[in-house]
Amino acid sequence: MTRRHAALGFLGLALVVYPFVDRNNSHVDFLANAGAFILLALGLNIVVGFAGLLDLGYAAFFAIGSYSYAMLASQQFGIHVPFWLMLLIAPVVAALFGLLLGAPTLRLRGDYLAIVTLGFGEIVPQTFLNLSQYTNGPNGISSLDQPSLFGHAFGFSATPYYYVLLGLIALGILAARNLQNSRLGRAWMAIREDELAARHMGINTTATKLAAFALGASFSGLAGVVYAAKLDLVSPDEFGFNVSVLVLSMLVLGGMGNIWGVIVGSFVLSFINSFLLPQSTSLAHAAGFVNVDFTNYRFMLYGVILVTMMLFRPEGLIPSRQRAAEFHEAILDPALAAQEQSEYEGVAR
Amino acid sequence: MALLALDNVTKAFGGLVAVKELTFELDAGGIAAMIGPNGAGKSTVFNLITGIYAPSSGSIDFDGRSLRGLRTNRIAARGIARTFQNIRLFAFMSALDNVMTGRHARMGASMFDSLLHTPRQRAEERRVRERARELLKFVDLERAGASYARNLPYGSQRRLEIARALASDPKLLLLDEPAAGMNPREKDELIALIGRIRDSGVTVFLIEHDMNLVMNVSERVTVLDHGEKIAEGSPDAVRRDERVIEAYLGRADGAA
Repeated sequence: MTRRHAALGFLGLALVVYPFVDRNNSHVDFLANAGAFILLALGLNIVVGFAGLLDLGYAAFFAIGSYSYAMLASQQFGIHVPFWLMLLIAPVVAALFGLLLGAPTLRLRGDYLAIVTLGFGEIVPQTFLNLSQYTNGPNGISSLDQPSLFGHAFGFSATPYYYVLLGLIALGILAARNLQNSRLGRAWMAIREDELAARHMGINTTATKLAAFALGASFSGLAGVVYAAKLDLVSPDEFGFNVSVLVLSMLVLGGMGNIWGVIVGSFVLSFINSFLLPQSTSLAHAAGFVNVDFTNYRFMLYGVILVTMMLFRPEGLIPSRQRAAEFHEAILDPALAAQEQSEYEGVAR
Repeated sequence: MALLALDNVTKAFGGLVAVKELTFELDAGGIAAMIGPNGAGKSTVFNLITGIYAPSSGSIDFDGRSLRGLRTNRIAARGIARTFQNIRLFAFMSALDNVMTGRHARMGASMFDSLLHTPRQRAEERRVRERARELLKFVDLERAGASYARNLPYGSQRRLEIARALASDPKLLLLDEPAAGMNPREKDELIALIGRIRDSGVTVFLIEHDMNLVMNVSERVTVLDHGEKIAEGSPDAVRRDERVIEAYLGRADGAA
């Protein structure tokens, strides 16, 4: 345990000093963007990993977080809520929309819930696109307020955003871990394992699922604020279905339900997405292959990675104990196996 | 006064009447059993008591108050815990976590307590973990705490389900075929365990097919056939009741 703490401390320290060592702003910029996706993945992990609710429209909450910053901290309406205050407001706004989505739909299960969240994920960016008198439609909202700390504006350097995200991720990890080992976390897992039995434990399954949706959404509200401020622009095409799928792929790759797995998964996919592919493209251009653009192969590469994972390591790179067991532990007890067989037949009938 | 009272309860699924005008009372303390041939409606009665189904007509009172319109989780919080005919543990949670989850209704930690691990939350977690360990010991599973529920042997899973149910300090414990699939030695242990539960002040109401077990542990037996109560009384009286013999074995003269 102490060894683990030492390793974590060392990693934390390395991340804190990193911008001082690597003066290349584009590297720090990449890490900051990856940080926003780590935050998103930590939030989605609460919904999908802990509570077992498949959400295919998670990018909607990211959009809501981003747009709430764009509308409340820019010339758009002449409202200028400070960045730091928005870090408190946006997660609450996103959580409220999480409740709004959750309340009518959480009676649905499995595939049906996934379809409804998919629809929500489509509706939200469309709404921002079509409410053009408030959102400038496809042009989006630009010239957002620059965050500042003690009078120093963040400017166009990625470094301050990097530190903000580092702090938020640290808090996010702490929050996710606390939740996992608590009355609420156990209730989520109980619902994931057996909803009917969970109800017999006195768990209000509706309220518990709503809590997962709201808390999960609040993470992406935070990510949205930082991402929007850093980019200095929001537009509806940044929050499409592909973003929801990207974040979900991060969970699958890293290991659903495991906080560290989820972080590794989102880092790896971000790395491929925003670093490896663009960098190799520019290398290819420099070498004279001007018609090559590896970034076009992004989704093919995700596809290959996901299929490979499903074939060889379906539980993810760093699986939670549950997932590893689910995929690899044989059922040792013949009576249990027989019972499962009969239950399966019961379902088939 | 009766702990549980069913008054003229009927449950129909479309045209199929699963439970018909059932009236019976269960006194606090002691062990009661419900028997009957397959499909007699026994599990439906449990599902009516725990709010999985709402009665088509009639009323169910528990501890002096009606259960009408209450959802399953509210009924659990009132003090009715149960186990299932097909074990329904939280398969990929540890045995200890299963029992701690059973305590859910008696815990006070809010969402914010859970998020922030407030001192109050930590103290509660410690108490609940301690209590869960005691309960594992109570059902002879003290060494299984860290194992996944799924990886325990069948008999242990049955006992773990009982421990999880007891974690909520229920007034009434419903056991749905607790001895199903057990070998004779496990059944003997189960009989002893049910006795210990009764001695701890929990009223036990069980459904069972194993006549030996029913006649051994229960003080009162209700017999159901085709959703109707056909007999009720001490095990000995029920065993000699002609309608019961008929329900189980058919009529002697073959006129049925």
